[in-house]
Amino acid sequence: MHELGIANSILEAVRTEVSRYPGQYATKVCVRIGELSAIDEEALRFSFEVLSRETDLEGLQLEVEFCPRKHRCRECGEVFIVRDYDIRCAQCASLQTECCGGDELAIAYLEVEEYGTSAVGTKSTE
Amino acid sequence: MERVPLERKVLSENDRIAAELRARFQEHGIVCLNFISSPGSGKTSLLERTLASSPRSERIAVLTGDIQTENDANRLKVYGFPVKQITTGGTCHLDARMIERHLADWPLNQLDLLLIENVGNLVCPSSYDLGEEAKIVVLSVTEGEDKPLKYPSIFFKSDLMILNKIDLLPYVPFDTTLVVENARKVHPGMEIVKVSCLTGNGLDEWLTWLQKRRQARKETQAEAVR
Repeated sequence: MHELGIANSILEAVRTEVSRYPGQYATKVCVRIGELSAIDEEALRFSFEVLSRETDLEGLQLEVEFCPRKHRCRECGEVFIVRDYDIRCAQCASLQTECCGGDELAIAYLEVEEYGTSAVGTKSTE
Repeated sequence: MERVPLERKVLSENDRIAAELRARFQEHGIVCLNFISSPGSGKTSLLERTLASSPRSERIAVLTGDIQTENDANRLKVYGFPVKQITTGGTCHLDARMIERHLADWPLNQLDLLLIENVGNLVCPSSYDLGEEAKIVVLSVTEGEDKPLKYPSIFFKSDLMILNKIDLLPYVPFDTTLVVENARKVHPGMEIVKVSCLTGNGLDEWLTWLQKRRQARKETQAEAVR
């Protein structure tokens, strides 16, 4: 249950980034989570909501982009998604493949909006 | 609305400190190993056996993490090597900053081997780089053969799996062939050593693995000096 710390790191990163855009606020943050990153999405969402509640980031949307485990074939260069732990190359059946994706834990992008425009995820002023 | 691309690791601050630690370990020729397992798999027993078999002249130190108590440090101190307890006070893993803080008053130039015993947990410690050269996952035969499949992250990221408590094999339904198969499904080619910290069975193989790592580090170090 380290998702609380992860959520806190995400919110801190958002705060740092958004401070570089005066007059704007963050509406959405997209986080990339790999299959091998040992992060539970539900626990992360829960922590994120609890930590942002009644703060400057209340209402910030969390988008999660799930990244499956990927391998690259050393023989033919094919990049393929590993399903059910089968690491054989999908193209040439070689077992000489290496992991090239699936342990991501990164912030992909942030969406910011100018104050005064209607925000995503919050009620319109009209 | 404007979209700002970030492409920044969530744990970038931890990774930055871990990279600094790794550079310092390399500079001093230290092999740093991060031991991870469920609670009760035998990390402390393995370290006890390791320290007991090492001459006192060896330059070894241990950091041991737990949520509460100094029990593990007290167990490990009797072997005469420097040992420090890290009590996290609730946090379920060690992070790079804790390592940095606890190493602050240890002269690294007097060390060759740093053993870090993480908090007993197969999930969270796998996300936090401590600057180690290798992670080692300890699994015991009283756990399920499917642990590698249930917790793929740590088995994928560890260089070595130590299967402990093999003295209990006659009494528990545990298929060692299957656990090896599962570990290598998640981590093809993973090195695996089977030991009993109670009887000492298999420990030679573990100590040989450790010796090889230390030798390799010495050679890299000598290469760098040349």
